[in-house]
Amino acid sequence: MTKKVVRINEATIRFAGDSGDGMQLTGTRFTEATAIVGNDLKTIPNYPSEIRAPLGTLAGVSAFQLMFGSQRVFTPGDLPDTLVAMNPAALKVHLKDLKKGGTILANANAFSDKNLRMAGWEANPLLDNSLEGYTVYSMEMSKLVGKALENSDLTSKGIERTKNMFALGVLFWMYNRPIEPTEAWLRKKFAKNPSIAEANITAMKTGFNYGETTEIFTTSYAVEKAELPKGKYRNITGNVAVAYGLVSAAQKAGKELFLGSYPITPASEILHTLSGLRNHGVKTFQAEDEIAGIASAIGASYAGALACTTTSGPGMALKTEAIGLAIITELPLVIVNVQRGGPSTGMPTKMEQSDLLQAVHGRNSDAPIPVIAAQDPADCFECAFMAARIAMKYMTPVILLTDGYLGQGSGPWQIPDPNDLPEIEIKHPDASLRGEDGFMPYTRDENETRPWAIPGTPGLEHRIGGLEKENITGVVSQDPENHQVMTDIRARKVQNITQEIPKSEVYGKDKGKVLVIGWGSTHGAIHVAVERAQAKGQSVSQLHLRWVSPFPSDLKVICDNFDEILIPEVNTGQLALLLKAELTRPIHQVNKVRGEPFRASEIEDKINEILG
Amino acid sequence: MSEDILKVEDLNLTRKDFVPGNEVRWCPGCGDYSVLANMQKTLPVMGVKKEDYAFISGIGCSSRFPYYMDTYGFHSIHGRAPAIASGVKLANPDLAVWIITGDGDGFSIGGNHMIHALRRNIDMNIMLFNNRIYGLTKGQYSPTSLLGKKTKSSPFGSVDRPFNPSAIALGANATFISRALDVDAKGLQESIKRAQRHKGASFIEVYQNCIIFNDGEFGDVENKATRPDNALFVVHGEPMIFGKDKDKGIIMKDNHPKVVTLGADWTEDDLLVHDETNPIITNLLLEMTFNPRNPTPFGVLRAVEAPTYDDMLVSQIEEVTEIKGEGTLEDLFYSGDVWEVK
Repeated sequence: MTKKVVRINEATIRFAGDSGDGMQLTGTRFTEATAIVGNDLKTIPNYPSEIRAPLGTLAGVSAFQLMFGSQRVFTPGDLPDTLVAMNPAALKVHLKDLKKGGTILANANAFSDKNLRMAGWEANPLLDNSLEGYTVYSMEMSKLVGKALENSDLTSKGIERTKNMFALGVLFWMYNRPIEPTEAWLRKKFAKNPSIAEANITAMKTGFNYGETTEIFTTSYAVEKAELPKGKYRNITGNVAVAYGLVSAAQKAGKELFLGSYPITPASEILHTLSGLRNHGVKTFQAEDEIAGIASAIGASYAGALACTTTSGPGMALKTEAIGLAIITELPLVIVNVQRGGPSTGMPTKMEQSDLLQAVHGRNSDAPIPVIAAQDPADCFECAFMAARIAMKYMTPVILLTDGYLGQGSGPWQIPDPNDLPEIEIKHPDASLRGEDGFMPYTRDENETRPWAIPGTPGLEHRIGGLEKENITGVVSQDPENHQVMTDIRARKVQNITQEIPKSEVYGKDKGKVLVIGWGSTHGAIHVAVERAQAKGQSVSQLHLRWVSPFPSDLKVICDNFDEILIPEVNTGQLALLLKAELTRPIHQVNKVRGEPFRASEIEDKINEILG
Repeated sequence: MSEDILKVEDLNLTRKDFVPGNEVRWCPGCGDYSVLANMQKTLPVMGVKKEDYAFISGIGCSSRFPYYMDTYGFHSIHGRAPAIASGVKLANPDLAVWIITGDGDGFSIGGNHMIHALRRNIDMNIMLFNNRIYGLTKGQYSPTSLLGKKTKSSPFGSVDRPFNPSAIALGANATFISRALDVDAKGLQESIKRAQRHKGASFIEVYQNCIIFNDGEFGDVENKATRPDNALFVVHGEPMIFGKDKDKGIIMKDNHPKVVTLGADWTEDDLLVHDETNPIITNLLLEMTFNPRNPTPFGVLRAVEAPTYDDMLVSQIEEVTEIKGEGTLEDLFYSGDVWEVK
């Protein structure tokens, strides 16, 4: 029979299964194949904080979602069109999100009485009419791979584990994706164990052929290439993009990159990536704790490296005192916080934007620091590069905020030409800066920045430290006048950075009724909501802040051109609090803290409410 | 340190080169003065350029040390000096890095960093000023204060069992451990020299008298007259002899060290011989520390060679670069599946 191919503009797929079912891997492979086809896309993982939560339970469900399309894609999609449910628990947890009329691909073999009971199904939903209104493809995945691999060397358990590749094969067929990249990837990954590679490839092909030949599938979907700007692309997660941004900045500054870090979810991939780059002038130091992570980085910075430390909320709390030390010693340092749900240990694998106030204000005393926030995975590259450049130019620590959604989510990245990245000019003083009274470590340039004199330089021996220092001379000083002077300088130094911030870009008209302001990973959802509102003829524009400290100098002027301001945040209103003080006017908010990003519809609803 | 040992004569450094112009602000009579003076005396003859020394400290009286050395210096935050120094050394392995800390800074708030710095064997020198008291906060007991110690925060006597810092260093598998006395210039200089020359993490515990809050804590060994009978200065390869008349020694009896008098019953040949490469001997000496029947051991208690973290890091970088070639940004960016939009 001839099967129909339907052209669609976009699709959202969610892969869900037990945390041992390999859903992150399956999703990632589908993403790579989709990227190669040339669609724009965004992904988001959603997995439990336990490595192997009890099998078959609701708590143990791991999921991965992506949206891809032939137009620009700004979010991983609100509600999925297609849900892959590898067991009853996965179906139970994710069914409520599936679009009306959506498609379910289920592994019928996993719907045993025991699994159904554990997931809280009274009867098998694949067999009664509880899934009415959805298109359900109930497949005996375990049995089918068992048959296909009956001659394999693998144990029956090993064979069972290939069922995710079967599901992937079906989806490749359904959405007309090539299987070859995954085939090559499997051969490479299991180079030392070819029988595992071949078994997985067979399972994937069996799934693909199952779609092609069985009569239950009548339709497949084609999503044309997206019209992205010309250039070369690869898929990248925010965490890898941060690592690449830092390496690039180090190379452009002619510096070694030093990372002092302690493993923490969801930031560890930055440490993993950088520790694999020994041949790129990168030194990584897995410290004994979060404090030693930043402390070693401060030491490396003092010794002349481009130094950074990476962490998430609880680690940020531990680094607080050391950040103050970097501020008072005026040493360059990049601090990356891949935010997660809190307080305390909170929700390690779930995203949140609730460390903004901590970043801007969370230290003892007046301790100003530049804070940059990345808006999507690819933007993490540029933000990390900029954070490093600013840190070294202004001799200050810089905080870069991303979150678990950006860090572990992915999207296409237009690969820059390394030659087009700006050079970063570094000036280390030599003995010529030594005057009659010796070297003055706190002399100031036009930006009130002090010189970066590094140990090993003859004639510039000097002492720095956490005690307040006299301006210019750097001598320990508890003088009241001097403390006022130094406190003011530290504030002005950060304020001076506004000269680095380009003119803000407003998406939409620069005058109107509602301006939606966001920061960080809400960019995509806000963008889609504003786009939809504009399509309906509503007077709505978007301003997304990359700089949250200092604010861009044109912020107030832009805001003055709008009747209402709306700030959506995945926290209880932290930017709103800062902007209320900055703008001294009322601000509408839409907030949620559910460990997941906004859906565009949630922001759309709020816009409608404001516009009445 | 760079491979070429520089000639001391060529460097032409003197003590004066290490004395900055500022006023030293420790209490008059503080044991810290002597340690500072001996450091300033010893560094010029180490074959290290002045600009290659970096002194990193934490918080406490002793941690003001870097301000009194005309070298690169970093007076950091409480307990974190070993971690900061680790970053300094790894970023620039050519530097001679010294960590200055105290019993509270190094073994209370900074205990974690201390053991890990020693364990990793990063080529740095750690000098611990042990005065068994919190001085800068005006007299609370520290993690090395002895049981029963009456202080401002233990008016009825401390019920906190003390650490023996050098024993912790051994437990952390430190490759160099020595113990010195603030008033003993010769011993201090020897420890400083040996530590600076040792490749790996060197740990020097200095018994230092706090004249204000814990005066006389090390009375028997501080006092020149009673010192010979109460302190055992060990030398590698030599029998353990002490006493004003060099007539006492240490033997092993029933698996315990025992003090004997040389003469009719015992000769030098019966005595334990110090071996700084043998952890059993080091441990035995450390066990003698709190035993009133035994003298307190001083000198280089342990010195062994082991690969350093900094060396291994540098060689790993070289090896990986040899195999993979020097990485370019192009290599990095194109390391994933790439597609082109035309």
